[in-house]
Amino acid sequence: MSIDRTWQALALVEDPEIPALSIVDLGLIRFVELRGDGSIEVGLSPTYVGCPATEVIHAAVRTALSDAGIGNFAVTSILSPAWTSDWITETGRRKLHDYGIVPPDRAASRPVACPRCQSIDTETVSEFGSTPCKALHRCRTCLEPFEYFKCI
Amino acid sequence: MSDLFRYVLRLGDLSLVLGQRLGEWVGHAPALEEDLGLANIALDLIGQARLLLTYAGEVEGRGRDEDQLAFLREQGAYFNAILAEQPNGDFGQTIVRQVLIDAFQLELYERMSCSADERLAAIAAKSVKEVRYHLRYSGGWLVRLGDGTPESRARVVSALEALWPYTVELFAEDDLDRRMADLGMAPRLSEVHAAWSARIDAILAEATLPRPAHRPHAWHGKRGQHSEHLGYLLAEMQHMQRSYPGARW
Repeated sequence: MSIDRTWQALALVEDPEIPALSIVDLGLIRFVELRGDGSIEVGLSPTYVGCPATEVIHAAVRTALSDAGIGNFAVTSILSPAWTSDWITETGRRKLHDYGIVPPDRAASRPVACPRCQSIDTETVSEFGSTPCKALHRCRTCLEPFEYFKCI
Repeated sequence: MSDLFRYVLRLGDLSLVLGQRLGEWVGHAPALEEDLGLANIALDLIGQARLLLTYAGEVEGRGRDEDQLAFLREQGAYFNAILAEQPNGDFGQTIVRQVLIDAFQLELYERMSCSADERLAAIAAKSVKEVRYHLRYSGGWLVRLGDGTPESRARVVSALEALWPYTVELFAEDDLDRRMADLGMAPRLSEVHAAWSARIDAILAEATLPRPAHRPHAWHGKRGQHSEHLGYLLAEMQHMQRSYPGARW
């Protein structure tokens, strides 16, 4: 019961940098467990070690669980195994695409296709965009810049 | 001071000092994309430093946290190799320093991700994924600058000559490095050196840059003996905590 309620509450926590996605879509929640003393433990993976959003996410998770009436809980940061962009869910990938960010694709041979006009005549402007998790690209066909969520 | 504490500080201080150096570029880089790129790499490095200094504080067991270790240690208690503290110079010099250290961290962390110390293994496995992107960025720039205009080439050639001697310290194995390797907690520096050399040679070849001649040097940043540059860096980085002890955001 309380495990389901916890997952529901977590699914409403937005990523501070990409608010179109929840932290569940991003695959940041490693586990939700009921402990022997009746409390709930949430395992949370950081995306990048220096991501400034990490602390905001921890705070948002605590607020969301309190608001959902889950009084007794602990949020544990899980470093190993390291978070990978492969853990982004199918829903998360679709939301990224709809938001205008090309989702990570291990199979993709460069260049990355433009999310607006689908042209593959694109170039990498920089390996680092507005956040460490995204690279900056530009489409040579429609001339629009776009972001690509990097494989990590 | 325990071996593990000292060793973890070596790693953490290298990341912290280099991250602080890159942070100096914010608002000054040649283009907005480079401002973002350098700032993002700085952020990753400071993230590594936070994990490592937190661990060092736990190993030490005297209640010091990441902030106390970063902001309240004197220069002589910093154990980074002194390449990291060398000034930014021009963009070319920053890129050369970055390539040399990115390739070092990449080869070190790849091997450390199977360290006998679980915590070090986890931090290394996490960090190495990010360092790969750092080297793609810095290596890509070195190729463009080396194989670029006569001006860009001349600048990176002189930066390579100036910074190359400091790379000796990265691979100079001392008793502490040896004991950590004997315990399976850290890789052998000779192995890291061989892999680093091959990687650097490949980048230099693509950049059409000559590899500087080996000149023997003995630097001891890893033992707390630093160049004159670290003091200025720490003075700026530690200013708030020194002036207003215990100040919080």
